[in-house]
Amino acid sequence: MTTITVTINGVRYTSEVEPRLLLVHYLREHLNLTGTHIGCDTSQCGACVVHINGVSVKSCTTLAVQCDGAEITTIEGLAHDGQLHPLQEGFWEKHGLQCGFCTPGMIMAAADLLKRNPNPTDEEIRHGLEGNLCRCTGYENIVRAVRYAAEKMAAAQAAD
Amino acid sequence: MTATEMKERLVGRALKRREDPKLITGHGNYLDDIKLPGMLHIALVRSPYAHAKIVSIDASKALAMPGVVAVFTGKDMLDINPMPAAWLASGVKNNPVPPRALAVDKVAMVGDPVAMVVAENRYIARDAADAVEVEYEPLPAVVDARKAVEPGAPQIHEAAPNNIVFEWECGNKAAADAAVASAEVVVKEEIINQRLIPTPMETRGSIARYDATTGEWTVWMTSQAPHVHRLLLTAFVFGVPETKLRCIAPNVGGGFGQKIFCYNDMAFTMWAARKLGRPVKFVEDRSENYKYSTHGRDHITEAELAGTRDGKITGLRVKTWANIGAYFSTVAAGIPTTLYGRIVTGVYKIPAAHVHVTGVYTNTAMVDAYRGAGRPEASYLIERMVDRFAAEIGMDPAEVRRKNFIQPEDFPYDNGLGLLPYDSGNYEPALNKALEIAGYAEFRKQQAELRKQGRYLGIGISSYVEICGIAPSAWMGSQGWGAGLWESANVRVHLTGKVVVTTGSLPHGQGLETTFAQIVADELGVPYEDVEVQWGDTQGTPFGYGTYGSRSLAVGGVAIKRSVDKIKEKARKLAAHLLEANEADIVFENGRAYVKGSPDKGKTIGELAAAAAVAYNLPPGMEPFLDETSYYDPPNCTFPFGTHVSIVEVDPETGHVKLLRYIAVDDCGNQINPLIVEGQIHGGIAQGLAQALYEGAVYSEDGQLLTGTLMDYAVPTAAMVPHIETDHTVTPSPVNPLGVKGAGEAGTIASAQCVMNAIIDALAPFGVKHLQMPATPERIWHAIHGK
Repeated sequence: MTTITVTINGVRYTSEVEPRLLLVHYLREHLNLTGTHIGCDTSQCGACVVHINGVSVKSCTTLAVQCDGAEITTIEGLAHDGQLHPLQEGFWEKHGLQCGFCTPGMIMAAADLLKRNPNPTDEEIRHGLEGNLCRCTGYENIVRAVRYAAEKMAAAQAAD
Repeated sequence: MTATEMKERLVGRALKRREDPKLITGHGNYLDDIKLPGMLHIALVRSPYAHAKIVSIDASKALAMPGVVAVFTGKDMLDINPMPAAWLASGVKNNPVPPRALAVDKVAMVGDPVAMVVAENRYIARDAADAVEVEYEPLPAVVDARKAVEPGAPQIHEAAPNNIVFEWECGNKAAADAAVASAEVVVKEEIINQRLIPTPMETRGSIARYDATTGEWTVWMTSQAPHVHRLLLTAFVFGVPETKLRCIAPNVGGGFGQKIFCYNDMAFTMWAARKLGRPVKFVEDRSENYKYSTHGRDHITEAELAGTRDGKITGLRVKTWANIGAYFSTVAAGIPTTLYGRIVTGVYKIPAAHVHVTGVYTNTAMVDAYRGAGRPEASYLIERMVDRFAAEIGMDPAEVRRKNFIQPEDFPYDNGLGLLPYDSGNYEPALNKALEIAGYAEFRKQQAELRKQGRYLGIGISSYVEICGIAPSAWMGSQGWGAGLWESANVRVHLTGKVVVTTGSLPHGQGLETTFAQIVADELGVPYEDVEVQWGDTQGTPFGYGTYGSRSLAVGGVAIKRSVDKIKEKARKLAAHLLEANEADIVFENGRAYVKGSPDKGKTIGELAAAAAVAYNLPPGMEPFLDETSYYDPPNCTFPFGTHVSIVEVDPETGHVKLLRYIAVDDCGNQINPLIVEGQIHGGIAQGLAQALYEGAVYSEDGQLLTGTLMDYAVPTAAMVPHIETDHTVTPSPVNPLGVKGAGEAGTIASAQCVMNAIIDALAPFGVKHLQMPATPERIWHAIHGK
């Protein structure tokens, strides 16, 4: 067992974990943060994407012990003070989800994409989300949702 | 609000979904999110062989590991029955061999479970599963359905000689034979509809809890049909009253058919929970889902289409080998028979048609309904053959379609294949609209010009019709279906005026909470926010057959409407009593019952609900409360239709296909929520075009699944799917009072052949007449280069 200390969605946790414990299982089973999902066993689907120190990472291929000292954001930590993140709003407005299983990872990956490229073309959105699979939407409304968020964030920034 | 002020109607409006807030914030409740006190975890020991005898199982090392509670094998579970076979091929002998909870003595596919480890956590369970030693005696395997029925093929089940599950036919053989024999033109093709893996993003699983004091189970399941699973597991597998089991489907992360069926894990978690007195959980990982949960399609077909030189289709003859996999999954036989053979002539008037289908066991994963279920196979077949025919006689494929379409005045239309009559349709406007959006005439000129420059563009047309809202029960009984197919709904207006709808439908992405609430808010004239829709728990919802086959609106939604109608009727009676008026003079509109001619004299539905609930002053004989249940069994199926068009460019050097445009014009009857309808169409198209371009489950000859993970099986990413242009026509269904048909599967049913027809059109200068799916660059390169 190894002791780790991580800050998740602004809350500090110290835990004893097996060295082989995956981050996604640490989040889901130890901390009951079940918004982060598992959709595959080969790091293809992206349902498990979280942010570690501000960068999107697949938590199914990260060991919990690698995150000692890290700041982690999961889907549960994306909205602030009851205010949805523009991406959450975009997915809702544009019907960017159906079953919702891929959605947390998709939103977390898109958040990182918009950080790197605040004004992506549709083509760039499609390529930027290549690490995430959705089986329900055909991606059309996911692209619209990300574009909605990009526009909203740009407008908010212009207003500041 | 006065009686004359109309409440704004919600039906027809693109409301955003009420389901979403919890799902976008990480607060959904999917199966694997559920933890029960004292819960144990199951890991399976699965066969690495496609076909083998189990010689011995030694669990001693696993049992010695700390944290391991038990190891069970198939022989421990002989006190429960195999999984049920619920839909047999109609009118013929079937040889159903459904799977047991765990394999006994023999395995028939890679991934067949031979033992289960129960442990304190999933890591220990998995470690221990690896420590179980199983000795096998491998047997020869067969994976190809046509080869499996040949003499000398490996025999999989004693109860199924020559691996045949059933042999079934429909249509008129003599007429079809004569049409082919006497035709001016006959085109013949071998059409392979390859095996697909449905791949809902959430895999499958079950959690079971048993209360020994009452003998009652609660099972949480990834299910599209919990009421049906409750019935099958109790009455057929365990032989206990259905009242002993409560099934709960929490949020379900996609199904696409794969979660309709009654699976072994539902049974072995129940069995283990009873045996061990602790709750147990089993959740597949993705590679287990790919090996063991059901696949779709997998048809090998020899087709002949007969016609005249001037483009009239005169006959169709079809012979199909349908791969059923290693065992008989719940409704496996209905898919390649009723839902395929009976609609194989599609949108065309074909005077003579015959279909023969052989269902075949092979050493592969079970095959059952996958989005569209039979109808994509039928639609692919006829639309490819029509294009093949058009090319043969040198006629424009759009023209051949127009020439053979069933005409508006032909409805209700009997296609002669033993289906109920098509309800309504108007096929040509949808075709014309799609061609207009595509700029068809202009494209043909551009295509000819570009060919001269060595660029190969193609356009593909797919005109489809499908079967939704499948019913009525009596007809389904005649089709070998072992139950009814009605739906039920309860609607209650509580004392405070809040409305609760409980439904036996099971939304898993379709947005039914939103759609149903729109209908109820309009019909009752109450605020949308006051309507709550509950589903998923057999305790507290009326019986329903579940959500699949695009049936939840056309059947389940209509049951809700009928319950609302009954509530309105009772409310009118009560209003007449309270207003001291004649019942015949009471009008109910906009959520208010008032006396005809005196709109100010009235009671709102809220006031009437309160009056009915407190019951101080009811008419003689009236029971308290506004609470009504309906059981709706439709008189017919519904038949949505449409035309899709795609444009591709093929690079002859690399064989790479670029999908330039995809246009969908669909007619699903009246639309309750166009935003949701469009989303269903998008998703359906992505799955169908993925069949054309990317996906295919591949087994080696000895039965190893070579596409066993998402690294090998090409579920498309966002960059692999084009922008989709949608439009629609509206031809209401006369079958139900909502005029709705269904939209969940249309996109998948229309799209594979739409893309394939475009690719083959692009390759016409190379003499390519047909190409099997998926149209990979390698396959296309070989087709161009004749190798």
